[in-house]
Amino acid sequence: MRPMDLLQFSTQTLLRQRFRGLMILIAMGLGVAAVMILTALGQGARGYVMNEFAAIGTNVLAMFPGRQETTGGMPPPMGAAARDITIDEAFLLQRRVSSITAVAPLIVGSARVGYAERAREVSVLGTSALFFKIRHLTVGQGNALPDGDFRVASGEAVIGEKLKRELFEAKPAIGEFLRIGDSRFRVVGILTGRGDAMGMDLSDAVIIPVAASQRLFNAAGLFRVLIELREGTSAPDAIKRIEAAMQDFHQGELDVTVISPDSMRATFDGILIAMTLAVSAIGAISLFVAGILIMNVMLITVSQRTREIGLLKALGASSTDIMRIFLTEAMLLTGMGALVGVLFGFAVVKTARAFIPTVPFDAPGWAITAAVITALLTGLGFSWLPARRASLLQPVDALQKP
Amino acid sequence: MNNEALADGTAVIELQNIEKTFQLGDQTVHALDGVNLRVMKGEYVSVMGPSGSGKSTMLNMLGLLDKPDRGNYRLAGHETTTMDEEQRARWRREQIGFVFQSFHLVPRLTAQENIELPMLLEGLAPRERHNKASDVMARLGLSDRGKHLPNQLSGGQRQRVAIARAIVMRPALLLADEPTGNLDSRSGTDVIELLEELNRTGITLVVVTHDAQLGERARRHVRMVDGRVAAE
Repeated sequence: MRPMDLLQFSTQTLLRQRFRGLMILIAMGLGVAAVMILTALGQGARGYVMNEFAAIGTNVLAMFPGRQETTGGMPPPMGAAARDITIDEAFLLQRRVSSITAVAPLIVGSARVGYAERAREVSVLGTSALFFKIRHLTVGQGNALPDGDFRVASGEAVIGEKLKRELFEAKPAIGEFLRIGDSRFRVVGILTGRGDAMGMDLSDAVIIPVAASQRLFNAAGLFRVLIELREGTSAPDAIKRIEAAMQDFHQGELDVTVISPDSMRATFDGILIAMTLAVSAIGAISLFVAGILIMNVMLITVSQRTREIGLLKALGASSTDIMRIFLTEAMLLTGMGALVGVLFGFAVVKTARAFIPTVPFDAPGWAITAAVITALLTGLGFSWLPARRASLLQPVDALQKP
Repeated sequence: MNNEALADGTAVIELQNIEKTFQLGDQTVHALDGVNLRVMKGEYVSVMGPSGSGKSTMLNMLGLLDKPDRGNYRLAGHETTTMDEEQRARWRREQIGFVFQSFHLVPRLTAQENIELPMLLEGLAPRERHNKASDVMARLGLSDRGKHLPNQLSGGQRQRVAIARAIVMRPALLLADEPTGNLDSRSGTDVIELLEELNRTGITLVVVTHDAQLGERARRHVRMVDGRVAAE
């Protein structure tokens, strides 16, 4: 048979059995769409996290108290630290290691923040002026924290715009005094936007000098220290020198972890790629379910069309011809199903992107290709048995079937 | 394969000691038990016998739809028992035409598409298929029925379409299995006259039937009993 005739013959058959075709089409379409949507989800999560990393400069390191070897537990930042990093150590570090231009120590907690009769429980960040630069925070009104010695517990506060609205409404906030815990802080600036800070919404937070937050939370150590390096400094080199300095401060024990965003980003990237593949594989299961449906439907078709198969053989179709006819039919169905699935998947991904613009949902080309190829192979694989059964039918028996 | 017309007087069918057994439960049924038969080109043969005498099996054997367990079958001078499935399919396509009792038209295809089926399987170009089908339809008086689906045709017309399909490839051998079995007597007569007319143009015709009247019309009668040729 000529390929075009084969195609036409199969199309004609399919058009006469629309319901059967529709069922396979839907099953395959859903399978392909599932793979696409799940991959898009994984890719979206990955893109989101990578964007967050991109917001931190590449010349910024992060230092956490504790080290896997010293605690034996979970690695920082989740695990418990052996010894605190103090504000003084952060300050001294800046002097010891020449490639450091500035450090931003960080203490995070939550406290009751009040103005007049209003009060809210919000996140409080204790840090230094450098933090604003590293995190690309925009101060809309007023100023950031003063650029002086961060060991001084001065009483300035920069508040997020949402917090400003909640406490002050339309009234001007700059220069007003806030109650944070038991202390008074003067509002010197108001942040614009959410701030690009790893899932933390800075629009509903207060930023105060780190020394003041230490007093507020009665915390001895820092949650982490962000370290900005001079442009062109090699990060691994700087990490070694920082670790050496910290080891020196801690009586010869190395109990801090210094990481570069690049290495962290690579780790996250690896995890998220693995996750994306895992969810895609789950989606692929639905393709196999669709494959089993195809097999069932094709088996029924073969038994319904036994007489026709017998006839075609009597008219001179070989077993190969019969097999080809049934495989073409299955592939046509699967192909159309895959096409419908891809279109549906695109529609869902586009819609998701429109509703959640911060997460870059995207079904990558490789996932679509893989889904379509898997669908086609599944269709081929699962229709092989029915097609083979059809091809092996004895024309004599087939023709005599009532 | 040779497609040249066989000269008159050469054998189209040569069966030698054909045996075929079926397993029916515990019983072994000898459907064909040492059949010898020689049919010359252009002959008109009827095969008759009670049901179970093996005449259907013999027809399948002649049509290369079934393989004998033992014996030789030379079709137009070519040994068929050693052919593989592909070769047999090709011989069926090019040298054998089937006409069945229940017509066996594909219900979703029009009359013309049904007639084109063998050519479709052969891989002929659409134009050639169309021309040949039109020729045959004109010859059998079906020209105005080409676009009809089988269920829009009368029984006699359906069998005409089936015959058109059987002869469109100009086979050497036309095999008819109870060709009038599902028809009223008038259409039946029409159909058998058509087959006889085709036979007069040189095609070898073998009709299998248990209808004595129909069988008598053939120039040569083969009678089968218990898987053997009992009488000629």
